[in-house]
Amino acid sequence: MRPFTFTQAQNVDTAVREVSSDGAKFIAGGTNLLDLMKIDVMQPSHLVDITQIALDTIEETEAGGLRLGALVKNADTAYHELVETRYPLLSHAILAGATAQLRNMATDGGNLLQRTRCYYFYDTHTPCNKREPGSGCSAIKGYNRDLAILGTSEHCIATHPSDMCVALAALEATVHVTGKSGERAIPFADFHRLPGDTPHLDSNLQPDEIITSIELPAQGFARNYTYLKLRDRASYAFALVSVAAALELEGNTVKEARIALGGVAHKPWRVPEAEALLQGQTASRENFQKVAEAYLQGAQGFGHNNFKIELAKRAIVRALEKATKMEATA
Amino acid sequence: MKEHYTGTATNRVDGRAKVTGEAKYAAEFEVPDLLYGVVVNSAISKGKITRIDTSAALALPGVHQVFTHENRPGYTWLDSHYQDEDSPPGSPFRPLYNNEIKFSMQPIALVVADTFELARYAALLVHAEYESQPHETDLEANLPKAYKPKKYKSPPPSDPRGDAPGAFAAAEVKLEEAYAHPAHHHNPMEMHASIAIWQESGKLTIYDKIQGVQNSQKYISNAFGVPQEDVQVISPFVGGAFGSGLRPQYQLFLAVLAAKELKRAVKVVLTRQQMFSFGHRPFTIQRLAIGASADGKLESISHNAFAETSRFEDYNEDVVIWPGVLYNCENVEVSHQLVGLDVYTPLDMRAPGGTTGTFALEIAMDEMAYKLNMDPVEFRLKNYTDKDLNKDKPHSSKELKECYRQGAERFGWAKRKMEPRSMKEGHQLIGWGMAHGAWEAQQQEAAAKAVLSPTGKLTVSSATADIGTGTYTVMSQIAAETMGIALEDVTFELGDSTQPKSPLEGGSWTVSSVGSAVKLVCEKLQEQLLKLAQKMENSPFSDAKIEDVSFENGQMFLTQAPATSISLQAILAQDEGQPLEAEASQKPDKKQKNYSSYSHSATFVEVKVDEDLGTVKVTRIVSAVAAGRIINPKTGRSQILGGAVWGIGVALEEHTVLDHTIGRFMTHDLDKYHLPVNADVHETDVIFVEEKDEIVNPLGAKGLGEIGIVSVAPAIANAVFHATGKRIRELPITLDKLM
Ligand SMILES: Cc1cc2nc3c(=O)[nH]c(=O)nc-3n(C[C@H](O)[C@H](O)[C@H](O)COP(=O)(O)OP(=O)(O)OC[C@H]3O[C@@H](n4cnc5c(N)ncnc54)[C@H](O)[C@@H]3O)c2cc1C
Ligand code: SF4
Repeated sequence: MRPFTFTQAQNVDTAVREVSSDGAKFIAGGTNLLDLMKIDVMQPSHLVDITQIALDTIEETEAGGLRLGALVKNADTAYHELVETRYPLLSHAILAGATAQLRNMATDGGNLLQRTRCYYFYDTHTPCNKREPGSGCSAIKGYNRDLAILGTSEHCIATHPSDMCVALAALEATVHVTGKSGERAIPFADFHRLPGDTPHLDSNLQPDEIITSIELPAQGFARNYTYLKLRDRASYAFALVSVAAALELEGNTVKEARIALGGVAHKPWRVPEAEALLQGQTASRENFQKVAEAYLQGAQGFGHNNFKIELAKRAIVRALEKATKMEATA
Repeated sequence: MKEHYTGTATNRVDGRAKVTGEAKYAAEFEVPDLLYGVVVNSAISKGKITRIDTSAALALPGVHQVFTHENRPGYTWLDSHYQDEDSPPGSPFRPLYNNEIKFSMQPIALVVADTFELARYAALLVHAEYESQPHETDLEANLPKAYKPKKYKSPPPSDPRGDAPGAFAAAEVKLEEAYAHPAHHHNPMEMHASIAIWQESGKLTIYDKIQGVQNSQKYISNAFGVPQEDVQVISPFVGGAFGSGLRPQYQLFLAVLAAKELKRAVKVVLTRQQMFSFGHRPFTIQRLAIGASADGKLESISHNAFAETSRFEDYNEDVVIWPGVLYNCENVEVSHQLVGLDVYTPLDMRAPGGTTGTFALEIAMDEMAYKLNMDPVEFRLKNYTDKDLNKDKPHSSKELKECYRQGAERFGWAKRKMEPRSMKEGHQLIGWGMAHGAWEAQQQEAAAKAVLSPTGKLTVSSATADIGTGTYTVMSQIAAETMGIALEDVTFELGDSTQPKSPLEGGSWTVSSVGSAVKLVCEKLQEQLLKLAQKMENSPFSDAKIEDVSFENGQMFLTQAPATSISLQAILAQDEGQPLEAEASQKPDKKQKNYSSYSHSATFVEVKVDEDLGTVKVTRIVSAVAAGRIINPKTGRSQILGGAVWGIGVALEEHTVLDHTIGRFMTHDLDKYHLPVNADVHETDVIFVEEKDEIVNPLGAKGLGEIGIVSVAPAIANAVFHATGKRIRELPITLDKLM
């Protein structure tokens, strides 16, 4: 680990000011950043600890939604009564990730900004455009079982590893941030980026910006939802493919469908046009299969991860089936 | 009443020390004025270091030295000076020897500094430039280069019996398939670590993570030319090793090198990533051809293995002995060939060869059972052998049939329908599979020392290890029972090279070897006690021979007249309060030579496989084991449970992936190298089948360290076939293979 300096910010303004120096980074739970510093993948020269800032509450909004403070722990979010009852999809997604110990440390803001788990990104002795722009991508022709099949570029095929973000994408959350030039609200779909020719950038957050909260709209899909996570072991593994599915049903007719995929792209993957195919249709396996096909259009495998294309389709169908049945049995 | 400590489930005597942190592992010893070493590893897999610049690291205040091939002290050149008790034939790797890179992540420098943090930072500043050469790491691509080693590490594959090709050609039912077992790394919880302490006198005290302190002692003595008596190696606790600690690893060499050169104490601990920079279970491809008659009699087995090794050592293991151990077949042909690659030498890993070989053979047998439409248990019974056909010797005991019977009954095997995909629950296809396995019960020469204090406390010691298996507990049980004293009055000590000679803790032979020595040394003490008692005035024991007396409850008495007794303390009081001491070495008895000894297991497994998504859940495992006397059913059960859990990992998860473009293992941490987690492990049932064996060793115990793992993975693979109708011959069975 390289030497670094460390300060604690008591409020958002100081935090933003202090992070504006070269090589400075926020640290929240540290569960991702510290790991990456230890193996020299990230090399901040200054850390601004933001855990003292009062952004650790969950509050109801006037619009009937919820505001999750950026420093609320993942575990506290998942087990919060209002989240459990109104946004169970989010609870389930968070609890499908990491371990109890990690979720106790990890913050909601940090979760959005956790970095990819690409094998090569983690090994400083291998070329990786995300870690070292211009050095090349080892994964495309190398081992890529866990990597992306959608929205990839010739420069990077990494995935965003978060589970929580997949649910937030389906719920159409908004990310509130504050930077030197003030506050702004970023729709969740615009928060993360595709790799394109700037794979070193994971999100559209500016270096001087801090996430202050994540806002959930009123609609929580608490009746028909599923978070389905497929992985290589039953727990403590990142998703090969995950699906956040949320339905508004009227009888057996779909009024609204939300589907977000994890583990397949550089950001939680949504295809609103494909979701729209379900609108006004019966909730049937056949219709779900059509949506699944549409969702995976343009998907491209890189060898080891080819299976993800078919797996994602099947996962979508299964998740929608489960989401449909949930109400029937409720 | 005699206390029967052996055979009774006994809590670990070191349990409290372990959970309170009192038990110290190699890296945890507090040593004054300690320096910290951090290893720098090679970025390339083959070639030369053309330049290594350590100036930036050395410029940091607090950095003492950066050792590289350029400034290292002179080395002895003889290969034999670097060989250890577990070396395969060849030329062992010597850290920092020259500028040649032989494998990816090869250690190329050791940075030594005042603090760990500083050493780690300085290690980042060491800059190496390389001239890469083309590397080969792909076993499959290099199969045409396979060779038979001039010398095998384990006994060479047996000569052919009968005419396997001819019998195969003539067989009514035939199977010819290939099976691939990937590379695995040991991944014990505790990383490899050594502290080397240099003393004014030139002596070295070393704390090391190792499965045999005397192996490290001899290795360091030879490699550095220090007399053996000047090297003391200490390792009281080992946080798992699974074979990774059978050979001294490079952190030991580097710690000693730095300690000697700097005349200080130096600690070197490897990182989890560096745990992937040395030995591993080799990627092995096996080709099996099996022929049988239509009624299920095996006519021919050919079992040919192709495994990777390094360019510098010929590692091999017992992959192809299993047809001869497990099945009665007259025409058998086996071979084991190696492919030299630019990787580190593979290294024994829990049931080396057994895990790999049984996986292929037992899946193949299941495939044959299906070709014959015969129940897999019945098929195995039909081809049962009482003899070890490799050695043409009878088994000293073999209760495998009882393993089948009890295991099948507990599992409910009788209700199984042969047909694949015949059981279903919602989206879950249910499958039942089985396999069996064996592991050799060996005894090595071992010694022990016993000291009985005037207060009746017994201390027994031997330079063995406890890698988590329960050695402390089991040896204490054996000593307490033999001496007829309370378990609390016994202390067993291990892990110090100055103690009596012990073999490496491996091969499941520790109870058998060290346990037998412990028993013997206690019997020697008894003889001394009798002699002392006979010196007493009017001793009622004056005419007694050792066969005439018994030891129980801290007393010695005439077996035929128990009222004639005396406490051990009273006897010792005779000798003016001097402690009694004895030392003994136990060798395998000659009569063992006429027999073959193996422990056996039959494993029954239930899996649920999602028909669309391919996810596999192992819902039930019944493992029935026959392994002679079970000295401690509690720690013994833990061994079998651990084997079952690991079997799940072998079958479904473990795989160290090599990127052949760069010749580097890429799944080099515990995020990417998957081992089973609690959520993967469901009902696991262990049955110990009674087995009497008076030949295998004086204790009648066969050892449990390895038998628990061997048949689990094939049983799971067979259950997956039963569930899905898909035969997966390449591990691990991940969901993509079942979709
Ligand atoms: C072994 C392991 C397994 C895991 N498994 C999973 C899993 O299965 N699924 C899953 O979803 N996640 C998983 N995680 C990831 C875990 O969820 C993240 O590490 C965690 O959410 C990050 O939160 P943190 O507060 O610790 O972030 P930190 O490590 O403190 O920070 C991460 C990044 O976010 C930045 N940051 C933090 N807070 C803010 C803010 N308010 N504003 C601006 N920038 C900020 C930091 O500068 C840093 O760059 C796993 C992690 C580990 C170590
Ligand atoms: S996929 Fe992205 S993160 Fe992975 S090696 Fe390529 S550039 Fe790096």
